[in-house]
Amino acid sequence: MRDFAYLVSAVCFILALKGLSSPRTARYGNLVGAAGAVLAVIVVFTTEGLDHILPILLAVAAGTAVGAVVARRVQMTAIPQLVAIFNGVGGGAAALVALLELASTDDGLPLVAAIFSLIVGSVSFSGSTVTFAKLQELMTGRPVIFPGGPFVFGGTLAIAIGFGIVVYVGDGQGTAASAAAVAVVLVSLVVGVLFVLPVGGADVPIVISLLNAFTGLAVAASGYVLGNTLLIVAGTLVGASGTLLTRMMAAAMGRPITNILFGAFTARGLAGEAAGGEARPVRSVGPEDVAILLGYARKVVVVPGYGLAVAQAQHTVRELADLLAARGVVVSYGIHPVAGRMPGHMNVLLAEANVPYDQLVEMDDINPELPYTDVALVVGANDVVNPAAKTSPGSPIYGMPIIEVGQAGAVVFLKRSMRPGFAGIENELMYDPKTMLLFGDAKESLAKVVAAVKAL
Amino acid sequence: MTEGMALLTIFVLAAFVGFEVISKVSTTLHTPLMSGANAIHGVILVGAILVAGHADTTGELVVALVAVVLATLNMVGGFVVTDRMLEMFGRGAPARSLPQGKPANGDSGEAA
Repeated sequence: MRDFAYLVSAVCFILALKGLSSPRTARYGNLVGAAGAVLAVIVVFTTEGLDHILPILLAVAAGTAVGAVVARRVQMTAIPQLVAIFNGVGGGAAALVALLELASTDDGLPLVAAIFSLIVGSVSFSGSTVTFAKLQELMTGRPVIFPGGPFVFGGTLAIAIGFGIVVYVGDGQGTAASAAAVAVVLVSLVVGVLFVLPVGGADVPIVISLLNAFTGLAVAASGYVLGNTLLIVAGTLVGASGTLLTRMMAAAMGRPITNILFGAFTARGLAGEAAGGEARPVRSVGPEDVAILLGYARKVVVVPGYGLAVAQAQHTVRELADLLAARGVVVSYGIHPVAGRMPGHMNVLLAEANVPYDQLVEMDDINPELPYTDVALVVGANDVVNPAAKTSPGSPIYGMPIIEVGQAGAVVFLKRSMRPGFAGIENELMYDPKTMLLFGDAKESLAKVVAAVKAL
Repeated sequence: MTEGMALLTIFVLAAFVGFEVISKVSTTLHTPLMSGANAIHGVILVGAILVAGHADTTGELVVALVAVVLATLNMVGGFVVTDRMLEMFGRGAPARSLPQGKPANGDSGEAA
């Protein structure tokens, strides 16, 4: 009976992934997945010989309260790092389950699975924590590279596996094996940190997706140790679909996954940084100039980025677009797949301001239109329009497809300062004679431009 | 067939299902899909509960309860945050990217 309920849950998870793949059914898919998970958690309490029910229920209640409140309350801009940390704690849970089961695990494949879960779960936990810190700007978002990085990473991984072998030889029992198991966890935590440090900028969401797949595999391995089919199916589903999703996300960035993970390990003499030495003149303008440029244009493309999200300027940008449309200007939005801090970030944000979907144009469709566009208005975006991605082979973002705003008749950047983008690379476009910069908070700047357009 | 072999079979078959079930996904949905998959592996909670329920010593119980809390965070938080993302999509016209200039069969009027 219990196994039948697990089967129902597993089917729910498959339907959830299927539903989440299509815009029409995505929300329903997520709810089906949640229903499957709730069913599984209720059913597990019917297992014979389960003690400590009260403390377990209290722990579940505590986790539910914190998880639901945080997920509800957090700012939209902080959602990517929240996904990262939820993924990390899942990996940590899988590793802890494996650690506790180690002593009672059979030799052979189950023991290998337990050690695998220890390593991969721990890597996922610490790796996700570092991506959280990067996205939350608790540390630099740039790639962190040090000499011999790949060797240190490889060596540390080898040490983790070495301790794993000690555990295996000791059959997972006794003091020596237990100490080795703890060592596996600690060293694997370091491996996770080293794995993520060299990844920076817009590549961070991709590494989150990869760590998500890792956690899935760790869960599947823990399920194998426990002999629980539901954990095996759910974990493997996430592991497989997560790997595929990671590849799709990397493809949207136009480069192979290995390049993203290990590209920074080998990057030499960052071309973008070399140019950033001396202060060069830029054309800084006032809101009135921008208003005139926009108000008398025929076609305007707005390119939103993370700055829009930070300033919560989505409603103001829509107000400006409506105002321009009323003047007969054709306005559309050019959406880069990784604008903001996660794919689809801009779609979510602009949907919140009820921007009609037919105005949101994906990168591949907007680029051919830019040569016929009078003004490209870049609101808080930088890396996704940086021509260095096309022109400087040494740049960390080289190879990433960009929205080619340089093709438009004029470019207006709304920026807080001259600070380079998340990836920390100078943008040559800022110094182009046809580029104007309006400094200030995106929301305030847009409000000033709105007022100036009204006064035209 | 031994039990271990049966579990291995399930593992391999589930891997193929995982690959097949995700086909073409628009970039817009990459993040919600990642987040939804993230919530699904929160089902490690089932494993954490089993381990906690069979804990023999206080030390084991404490570690297992930590695992229960972490797994619950992953599962509940994951599904809630995914729903919140998708809620945004639901409000306007259906989430999709149309070629420029094509009328959105009346949906956009509603969204405006």
